Amino acid sequence: MTRILSMAQTEFRIALRNRWVTVAVAMMVLFSLVLSAAGSAPTGDLGADRLSVIVASLTSLAVYLVPLVALLMSFDAVAGEVERGTLPLLLTYPLSRTEVLLGKLLAHLAVLTIAIGAGYGLAAIGAWAMDGRSVEGLPALWRLTWSSVTLGAVFLGAGYALSSLARRPSGAAGLAIGLWLGAIVLYDLGLLAALVADNGGVFTTRVFPWAMLANPADAFRLFNLAASEATSAAVGLSGAANTIPPWQALTSLALWPVLALALAVAAFRKVTP
Amino acid sequence: MKMLTLSHLTRRFDGVQALTDVSLTVGAGERVALLGHNGAGKSTLMKIVLGLIPHTSGSVEVLGAAPGSPQARDGVAYLPESAAFHPALTGREQIAHYLRLRARPAAEAAGLLDHVGLGHAADRRIGTYSKGMRQRVGLAQALIGQPRLMVLDEPTSGLDPVSRRDFYTILDDLAAQGTAILLSSHALTEVEARTDRMVILSRGHVVAEGSMADLRRKADLPVRIAITPSDLPCSVTTLKQALPGAELSGDQLVVTCAQSGKLALLGRIAALAERVSDIDIQPPSLEDIYSHFSRRAGQ
Repeated sequence: MTRILSMAQTEFRIALRNRWVTVAVAMMVLFSLVLSAAGSAPTGDLGADRLSVIVASLTSLAVYLVPLVALLMSFDAVAGEVERGTLPLLLTYPLSRTEVLLGKLLAHLAVLTIAIGAGYGLAAIGAWAMDGRSVEGLPALWRLTWSSVTLGAVFLGAGYALSSLARRPSGAAGLAIGLWLGAIVLYDLGLLAALVADNGGVFTTRVFPWAMLANPADAFRLFNLAASEATSAAVGLSGAANTIPPWQALTSLALWPVLALALAVAAFRKVTP
Repeated sequence: MKMLTLSHLTRRFDGVQALTDVSLTVGAGERVALLGHNGAGKSTLMKIVLGLIPHTSGSVEVLGAAPGSPQARDGVAYLPESAAFHPALTGREQIAHYLRLRARPAAEAAGLLDHVGLGHAADRRIGTYSKGMRQRVGLAQALIGQPRLMVLDEPTSGLDPVSRRDFYTILDDLAAQGTAILLSSHALTEVEARTDRMVILSRGHVVAEGSMADLRRKADLPVRIAITPSDLPCSVTTLKQALPGAELSGDQLVVTCAQSGKLALLGRIAALAERVSDIDIQPPSLEDIYSHFSRRAGQ
């Protein structure tokens, strides 16, 4: 445990000095503030408090931004050590490769938690200042916060796996962007296209719910939107998938970080220093 | 007690034989130098000992355990060729991290950095260090917790002569306390004086092994004697007649002879004492011996 914590402490320090903490916090804060300012129009009409509405907007934001920040922080984790030539020495120390990755994960999760906390926190304060009823939205915000961190853990693990497979930072960066585009942007577009073409057939009723659950980003969106009634109308895809109970989405979201980390460890074990 | 035992070690990379039937032991307190051209297999051998890469056949025992096992990693320190660290960390932070990984108090970092002469730069980022300073950080981490076996890959490359001397003094102290040391080097002359035994690798084979005196004897290379003739007239001609095979090189006469014929030749030179103003005996250098063994192995 001391070894994992020491890895984490060192990695966090590096993230701080490389301005990763600053960049991640700035991105989250900026986008959260923009969203909460822009999301002011529908307030009142829906009968929901302002914070609950903002949480719905933040959910859509987090689906894109959290995986992006996580991949940006993690793609260098193994490939960077290989390129700098620091990996052989580290691996002669009495700590396992799993411990190396767990240490990095802990540090990167801390950075991500700080960024998410700052972004959502500011949005919440803004909402509360404008609408006293916003306290009602706090449970939804809390749910969004921890599920965002979980989603981040999935993509951190995926980033370590890609970093180990690529062995060069430039290659790992390419793979990371590819994964982000594929899993976050193209996956949903593909599902939408299939839904339209299928027009209520077997795909829509049988395959589609599983396809949503299989993608951690969709599971994250489903879980947050299904859990808060007021917002389910706001998002297109989830309308078609509102038959999926939240616990299934939550199970998918809980399993993915473990799976991603296991993949990362398996890929890292294959790296010859 | 043997800290490292390799027997009949073989390693193949995609059909290329990187190491062939290498047998080698390093005992407690022993300093063994691994010599060889680039690509001779020195780094491969070290990586196998450290458990970083597997071997194809033969056996390796590190501190009585398998290479790379927790027990072996606990007692083995490594200094990679041109040691690299994250540029954003300070020397103190980096060493403190390594100390914690070895379950030792991070406060020992200051002492270690002082020991390698980096005390003044402990709180500067490693990114601002020179190559020699980074090499010292590498040495400082290798000294953590008095390792039982040290594996040093070209440890003095990038160090100035004074730092090299300090470096070997530190190694001597460690060896005196029982640490086994396996180091590779290109700087043959410094290794000659500072190690107990040398192993010459060529294309993955051990071509020679032993102390400097052993290797000299086995190689049996000719001794070179340079004679400066005296000012008497015709000294050069007289000497040339008396010493067949002598050749003029600059204003000196140079004769070579086998180790066994050295004394007889010196006797003949001494008989012509009035013709000789000075004499210089040059035994074969380590470079000569090294080339001899490498060449014999087909390099």
